[in-house]
Amino acid sequence: MKICVTSTGQSIDSAMDPRFGRCAYFIIIDPDSMDFESIPNDSVNAGGGAGVKSSQTLIDKGVDVIITGDVGPNALRILNTSNIKVIVGVNGTVKELVEKFKKGLLG
Amino acid sequence: MIISVASGKGGTGKTSFATNLALSIDNVQLLDCDVEEPNSYLFLKPEINKTENLFILVPSINESLCDNCGKCAKFCEFNAIFVSREKTFILPELCHSCGGCKIVCPKGAIKEELHKTGTIYYGNSNGIEIIYGELEVGDAVASNVVREVKSRMNKNKNVIIDSPPGASCPVIESVKNSDFSVLVTEPTPFGLHDLKIAISLLREMKIPFGVVVNRADIGDRKIYDYCKKEGIDILLEIPFERKIAELYSKGIPFVLEMAEWKEKFQKLFNTIKEKIQK
Repeated sequence: MKICVTSTGQSIDSAMDPRFGRCAYFIIIDPDSMDFESIPNDSVNAGGGAGVKSSQTLIDKGVDVIITGDVGPNALRILNTSNIKVIVGVNGTVKELVEKFKKGLLG
Repeated sequence: MIISVASGKGGTGKTSFATNLALSIDNVQLLDCDVEEPNSYLFLKPEINKTENLFILVPSINESLCDNCGKCAKFCEFNAIFVSREKTFILPELCHSCGGCKIVCPKGAIKEELHKTGTIYYGNSNGIEIIYGELEVGDAVASNVVREVKSRMNKNKNVIIDSPPGASCPVIESVKNSDFSVLVTEPTPFGLHDLKIAISLLREMKIPFGVVVNRADIGDRKIYDYCKKEGIDILLEIPFERKIAELYSKGIPFVLEMAEWKEKFQKLFNTIKEKIQK
């Protein structure tokens, strides 16, 4: 399984970025090993459709779960049709959120 | 003659200025290009005699031919195409109708269909011909509707264009090809900050312009210092006056009840005319 947390920084101890489409980084984590990859979000400055582009990036990466602050309507529509679980309305560091997710405390 | 009214900052009084100017001069066509919230009609209360639906071409996918290769989505500069694991989706409200996806599709799986993107309204009020556009709720691309409003321009009239705020594509589309642009601002730090952006846009587009300061006796003097330094003319100052505000709150353009202002707008119009002819 792959979890993506939108992040303000490159490290797993960074605070979650509450924006989805225009977050600074995507951190993609394997919850079993806690190995992670951080990807700078190149749609930060997109004129429009940032959420769509971010969704495309994560789908191409094979992400199963997204943890973020909030997701706009266009992105939510396509993520739902792609069977990706979207968890919103949470906060904390990337690491804390993944730990909580593993304990079944999120969504 | 085409005069556009722009501002940078929103809420400075573009529509107030445009409608009062329209009511002060003869032979006017007012084009409200602020298609995300056209509101000059609230002041001019035109009788609407015609409406037209506007359509743009957007792609549609023939799923039996599409192999989900994603080339169309990669090509799309506006992120209007999305490729899930199973299928390719179009988000028509983000599409700019360039037709590029159809060209790059190796399978011929994309055809174009009509999508309603807005409405054009035609009206008359006090001898002023008014045309305004309204972007469809949920659509993100205002420029198409602005372009359509402007294509209905009557160049034999004194054309006044009420532009949207900001300095992005819909503003560029609105002020494009105007003979002169009036920048309405207010003497506040926000007013000045956004005015500078609007000025750099107009300079780039080589459109002559002047500044109107609304609510002129609030805030500070920095707008005046800046305009003096840059050699920019301040064409008119409208004070922060109770009577003007009260009339505004009732949707009444103040020239209708304050005759001295009608003269000021006429004078300003003549000044602009002289500047253009120079």
